[in-house]
Amino acid sequence: MNSLANKHILENGLTILTKEIHHAPLISHWIWYRVGSRNEIAGKTGVSHWVEHMQFKGTPKYPINVLDAAISKVGGYWNAMTYLDWTTYYETLPADKAPIAIDLEADRMVNSVFDKKETELERTVIISEREGNENDPMFRLGEATRSAAFDQHPYAQQVIGEMKDLRTISRNDLYNHYQQYYTPGNAVLAVAGDFKTEDLIKELTQKYADIPIRGVSPQIKVTPENEIGESEQITVEGHGDTVYVQISYRAPKATDDDFFSLVVLDSLLTGPASLSMFGGGGISNKTSRLYKKLVENDLSVNISGGLQATIDPFLYDILAITSPEKNTQLIIKSITEEIDRIQNNSVSQAEIDRAIKQAKALFAYGSESITNQAFWMGYSSMFADHTWFDTFISNLEKITKNQILSAAQRYLDPNHRIIGIYRPSPKENY
Amino acid sequence: MDSQKMKYIPGPDTISTLTLENGATVLSFSNLNSRSIYMIGILNGGGVLDPSEKTGLAHFTANLLSRGTENLSFSDFHNQLESAGANLVFSCGSKHAWFRGKALAEDVELLFRLSSDSLQKPSFNQEYIGRLRNQLIAGLTIRDQDTSEMASLLLDRYLFPDHPYGQPIDGYIETIQSITRSDILQFHNQVYSPADMIIVVAGAVDGQEIRDLSEKYFSTWNVDTTAQSKNPLIPPPPANIIRKHSFIEGKSQVDLLMGCFSPVRTSSDYMPVSIGNNILGQFGLMGRIGKVVRSKSGLAYYASSSVSAWSDVGTWDFSAGVNPENVEKTIDLIREEIKQFVKSPVTDQELDNSKSLLIGRMPISLESNAGLANAILSMQRFKLGFDYYQKYTGLINSITAKQILTASQRYLHPDRLVIASAGPGEEIK
Repeated sequence: MNSLANKHILENGLTILTKEIHHAPLISHWIWYRVGSRNEIAGKTGVSHWVEHMQFKGTPKYPINVLDAAISKVGGYWNAMTYLDWTTYYETLPADKAPIAIDLEADRMVNSVFDKKETELERTVIISEREGNENDPMFRLGEATRSAAFDQHPYAQQVIGEMKDLRTISRNDLYNHYQQYYTPGNAVLAVAGDFKTEDLIKELTQKYADIPIRGVSPQIKVTPENEIGESEQITVEGHGDTVYVQISYRAPKATDDDFFSLVVLDSLLTGPASLSMFGGGGISNKTSRLYKKLVENDLSVNISGGLQATIDPFLYDILAITSPEKNTQLIIKSITEEIDRIQNNSVSQAEIDRAIKQAKALFAYGSESITNQAFWMGYSSMFADHTWFDTFISNLEKITKNQILSAAQRYLDPNHRIIGIYRPSPKENY
Repeated sequence: MDSQKMKYIPGPDTISTLTLENGATVLSFSNLNSRSIYMIGILNGGGVLDPSEKTGLAHFTANLLSRGTENLSFSDFHNQLESAGANLVFSCGSKHAWFRGKALAEDVELLFRLSSDSLQKPSFNQEYIGRLRNQLIAGLTIRDQDTSEMASLLLDRYLFPDHPYGQPIDGYIETIQSITRSDILQFHNQVYSPADMIIVVAGAVDGQEIRDLSEKYFSTWNVDTTAQSKNPLIPPPPANIIRKHSFIEGKSQVDLLMGCFSPVRTSSDYMPVSIGNNILGQFGLMGRIGKVVRSKSGLAYYASSSVSAWSDVGTWDFSAGVNPENVEKTIDLIREEIKQFVKSPVTDQELDNSKSLLIGRMPISLESNAGLANAILSMQRFKLGFDYYQKYTGLINSITAKQILTASQRYLHPDRLVIASAGPGEEIK
């Protein structure tokens, strides 16, 4: 069932990944561009995400009203996502309707209009999206913590962008960004489902091979940041009656061997989590070390971890939710102590084996859907290559106790982390 | 579609069935393309049974089922699950208690053993009652700050006045604080029973194995419950506009929900209204409503409508997230779209597009084990017949624009809506 992907590269640089899966008459077509908030400069934050929105505003061949109906009317799901390192557009639809998705995506790789009036209408939609995010205390805490965790790297910014930039970004800013990054050599096409590879490659070649390589202007230079400087504690105040404690450590990039050690460490500390942003999760964390330490001791009501696969070193976050009367410093101390135990060699081989079994189960759940299979091929190509996914489990199985110990000592350093606390404002300030 | 690929659509020949002597029904479907299994179950125990002064009791009870049993401590219970990479969650809806689990196929028996033990012999340990109470209260304090949740609570309260459906399933802080171990024990003893329980399993297992496991773990469950189902009378639909707003300090956006009733799941109006709703607030980037509120006016990141239908009632909701300055304008735009929708039939083009969408989506919805299990559960729960998905294309294609108009007019009126919102702006009581 989990056959390996086929890889094909067109002369214009477009990478095509395909995987035949025949259990249902479906196809999932994903086009990935290596552009996200990592590729943004101060004053233009949020431009990648806004370009993604503009890709739904039409081309001469697929005007907005035609584009809107093209996939839906054949029963397909389609959407798009923008993240730190990438932007992706996908369609999952009946296999015999695949030509519609292929034609539409090939067309909007180069022919999107970026109409001025539509740009202004979308400005208020995106501001509305940001306002919706701001309603959530965790967004506000995450934004502050992220900003403190990086000195100059664009990962400091939220993908949606700063409000002041969303008010000033122009149609030309958006169009230039589109022209700079939406080019075949900067894209990966991942298709999984009910097709014959040879026929599909012919069809994809016919649609995509003539798309010219654009005159890509120099991309911004990004300097990865490794260790977080001195530890810092920041406090965000807001409304509500809930306290959020987030501790952020620098995490290795996805292609670093240590990344797999962090996957196991995350599983031990806060429970197994799928790395997929597209489903496949769903194992509880009630026997994880920090659940036992915090929730079972009534210090917090919840604990979770967050690790992302990224091009440059990003963050590993631990988040605890608690009530105002609880002692946040005791929560931080307890997390630190548990990490210290791991750093002092308390991990058993049985724990590691258990984490690997959980990862295998998560992969089995995540591999059920054709959409997820296509997702993983493209997703892993954004920070490594598609084999990263194929070898994920075998790489986990190679992890030794010593590697975990060493990764815990290197990355989960109490002297180099950001502690963020969201605290309800005193009621008299309301 | 060739016959090989028709096999993924569950039907009378491929759904394995078993009815135990205690009344429980167990259904299964083999999906050998997968390495895992998904289990879903429903039984009596929904929020509708909450005493009014103990709102949230059913939810509290269901959540405690995964906090240890007479045979297994909390720690042992979760250690067995998590060591296998499996999951088992108990929850509560308006009508039923639910359980959902997934595991690698080799661990299917684990899910049967633990769900059986949890349902029949929960420990309701005092320590875990206290801990869960704190967790539930923390969840409620987060809910109080969530504009979407608060708008939804407000809508339910005024759509279902003096009815349990108007109360939040997860209760209020005061009611959760008042619930005792004795309340929980009594609720469990009086309500939980295999009599109307339905369990569905889909995945890499065969029907015989599921039937054997069902006999092994559920056939000996026999209880004499005193409070079975409860079906209080559904209140009449809103007779005019009922406008309510809940002020929440410190928010940037207002969540807006407008609602009325829709047909029950078994009504002949259900399919015409479903297709009509797709045209009105789903198709493409959220149908006619998305087009006018988001695409043409740029007022909201999301604006759509949805229909939910159960055995005794259905609801038709219209939602949008908007800047506080644009709330009234958005309400006017949505009401105008509703007005047009119940005035003239949908166009042939709209009808063809939405039919095509719904037919095309069926294989996608049946792709995963969870999708298959939920589809089989719906067929059993609403007595749709096990050939429902095999006949689905014909059912969709038989609906006309006139049927959509006539059915929609029975439920939808631009001047008879509950309009609820939450976020910035002056409270409307």
